Amino acid sequence: MKALDQLKETMRRDRVFDFMARSGTHPVHAGKIDTSHGPILYVENINVSFDGFKALNDLTLYIDDGELRCIIGPNGAGKTTMMDVITGKTRPDSGTAYFGQTMDLIRMTEYEIASSGIGRKFQKPTIFPEHTVFENLELAMNMDKGVWASLQFRLTGEQKTRIEEVMQTINLLQQRNTAAGLLSHGQKQWLEIGMLLTQSPRLLLVDEPVAGMTHQEIEHTAELLTSLAGQHSVVVVEHDMDFIRSIAKKVTVLHEGHVLAEGDMDTIQNDPRVIEVYLGE
Amino acid sequence: MSTTRVLIQLIQDDRVGKLLLTSLLVVAILIPVLNLLVPETSPYHISTYVVTLLGKYLCYALLAIALDLVWGYGGILSLGHGVFFALGGYAMGMYLMRQIGDRGVYGNPELPDFMVFLNWQELPWYWFGFDQFWFAVLMIVLVPGLLAFVFGWLAFRSRVTGVYLSIITQALTFAFMLAFFRNEMGFGGNNGLTDFKDILGFELQHGGTRNALFAISALALALGYVVSRYIVNSKFGRVVVAIRDAEDRTRFIGYKVESYKLWLFVVSAVMAGIAGALYVPQVGIINPGEFSPLNSIELVVWVAVGGRGTLYGAIIGALLVNYAKTFFTGAIPEVWLFALGGLFIVVTLFLPKGLVGLYQQLREKYLASRTA
Repeated sequence: MKALDQLKETMRRDRVFDFMARSGTHPVHAGKIDTSHGPILYVENINVSFDGFKALNDLTLYIDDGELRCIIGPNGAGKTTMMDVITGKTRPDSGTAYFGQTMDLIRMTEYEIASSGIGRKFQKPTIFPEHTVFENLELAMNMDKGVWASLQFRLTGEQKTRIEEVMQTINLLQQRNTAAGLLSHGQKQWLEIGMLLTQSPRLLLVDEPVAGMTHQEIEHTAELLTSLAGQHSVVVVEHDMDFIRSIAKKVTVLHEGHVLAEGDMDTIQNDPRVIEVYLGE
Repeated sequence: MSTTRVLIQLIQDDRVGKLLLTSLLVVAILIPVLNLLVPETSPYHISTYVVTLLGKYLCYALLAIALDLVWGYGGILSLGHGVFFALGGYAMGMYLMRQIGDRGVYGNPELPDFMVFLNWQELPWYWFGFDQFWFAVLMIVLVPGLLAFVFGWLAFRSRVTGVYLSIITQALTFAFMLAFFRNEMGFGGNNGLTDFKDILGFELQHGGTRNALFAISALALALGYVVSRYIVNSKFGRVVVAIRDAEDRTRFIGYKVESYKLWLFVVSAVMAGIAGALYVPQVGIINPGEFSPLNSIELVVWVAVGGRGTLYGAIIGALLVNYAKTFFTGAIPEVWLFALGGLFIVVTLFLPKGLVGLYQQLREKYLASRTA
C-alpha cells in the first residue's frame, strides 16, 4: 500500500519529487506565488502537540489572496502556534500547509519561507535594538539576502527613497538615526510593522499589533493594515475587540487548536458557541 | 577601481582606525630603525629582545581582532579560538622544521629530529609539501579555515548557540591538545616543533630577520583590521549584529542565519591561523600547550578588557594585558593568575564594554558637563 501511495505522489504535477529535490533547495521561486485558485494560504488538518498538549487540533484554514483576516481566540487557542507552523518555526505532527498552489511550507526552512513572501510580526515587538531605525528597515528590505550579496551591498537611491517613505508612514522620520532599542513600546510596534512594509511580503502575519498603543496609535495602525489589504494578504491576531471591529471583514475564531467559527463580525458575535468560550466571559 | 574608493572611504570615516593604521605604519618603520641603526649605547636603542616581544604582542592583537569578529559582532563566544591560532602556528612550524634539513642533531636531511629519535623510517604523508613555502602558506589558511568550516557547519546548522557552543569549542581545543601531545601523531608530541634555523633562507636568529618579521606582523595586523572593518561596516556586518541581537527575527526576514555565522567564523579562524603562523617564527617554538583551553580563555579576557564589538578595543586589550603579563610574570610570577582572574571579574562587573566603553563614558560625561 505504501508503495502505491508513493506512486500516486509521483503523479502529482505540482510536486517536485523528494528524491529529485536536493535537500534545502525546495521549489522556491520568490514572487512566483500561484494564487490562481483564489487562496494564497492553505492550511489543512494541521496537528501540533507539545508533550501531550494539543496546541493545534486538526486546524484547517484558507486565506484568500488580498484579504484581511482577523483571528481571535482565548489564550492557548493556538494562534501563535499556527503562525509558528506557517513560518516554519514549528513543524507539525501531521497536516499540510501550502503557500499558493505550489510551495510546501512544511518542507521549507524559515528563511526560505520568509524570502518567498511571508512576513511576520511577533507578539512581543522584536526589532534590532543596536541598529538605527533606518538600518532596521534596510535589513528587512526585500532584496538578495545571501552572504555574498550582503558583503557587497550598496544602498541605491530608490531603496533609500522607499525606506524614507516607510519612515514617513510609520511616523518615525524624526527617529531615523535613533537606536531602535531606545524607542517607546508603541514606536517599536510600528517599526516592526515598518519592517514588514520594506520586506513587502505577499502575506503578512501580524501578532497583536496594537498591544501597548494609545488610542490614536491604534487608529493609525488600523488604517495602515486596512490600506495594505488588497495588494497584500494580511492575517491579524489580536485581543483588542474594538480594534478587530474597526478593521475586520472576516473573522476566524480559534478554540483549543481548531476553528470554532468563521464569518463577519456580526455573525461571530451572535454565534452561541463563540459567546460561550470567548466573548461571554 | 570602485573597491579602492570604497576602502579609502572606509578608512577616512574611521577616526580611531586612521590613528591605529598610522601608528602601526610608524611602528613598523621606527622600531626596526631604532633597533638596527641606532647604536646600542644610545638610550634610544631598542634591543632585539624587545622587538621580538612587541612582534609577539602584535600577533596576539591580530588574534584578538579575529575573536572580536565572532564574539563582539556575531555574539558567538568561542572559548577555543586558540585552536586556529595553534594550527596556523603548526603549519608554519612544519615548514620551518623542514627548512632545518641536515643541520639537525641527527643530520637526517629528510626527517626532523624527533622522528629520527622515534625511529621513524620515512616522512608521514601529511608532512609532504611543507618544504615549500607556498604550500605552507596555503595550509596556514586552509587548515584553520577548513576546521572552522566543518565545525561551524555542524554546530550552526544544528543551532547550537550560547553557552553550549562555548563548551563545545572549549572541548575542541582540548581534544586537539591531547591529540598533539601524542608522539604517534607526528607533530613532535610533548616538545612540539622547535630549533628552527631559517625562513625563506634568512637566518631566524639574525636581527634583520627579526625586524622584518616584526614589520610583517604590524602590516598583517593593519590588514586584518582593514578587512575586519570592511566586514563589520558592510551590510554583512549589520546582519551579523542583527543575528547576535535577535536571531529568530533575522531568520524571519529572510536571512540564512547559519551561512552568515559560518562565514564569519571561517574568516575569523583564518585570521587567527595567520596570527599563529607569524607568532611561531618569532618565539621559535610551537608545542601542544598552545592548544590549552587556558590560552583561549585568556584571549577572551583580552577582548573583554579592551572592549568587544569595536575591533580596536580588542587590540588595546591584547597589548595591555600581555604587557601586564610580561611585567607580572617577570616581577611577581605567583600573582599573575590571580591578577588575570581579578581583571576578568572587575571588567565583567564594572566595565561591560571594556576600556573603550569606559573612555566613551568619561568623554560623554565631560562633553555633557561642558555644555551644561
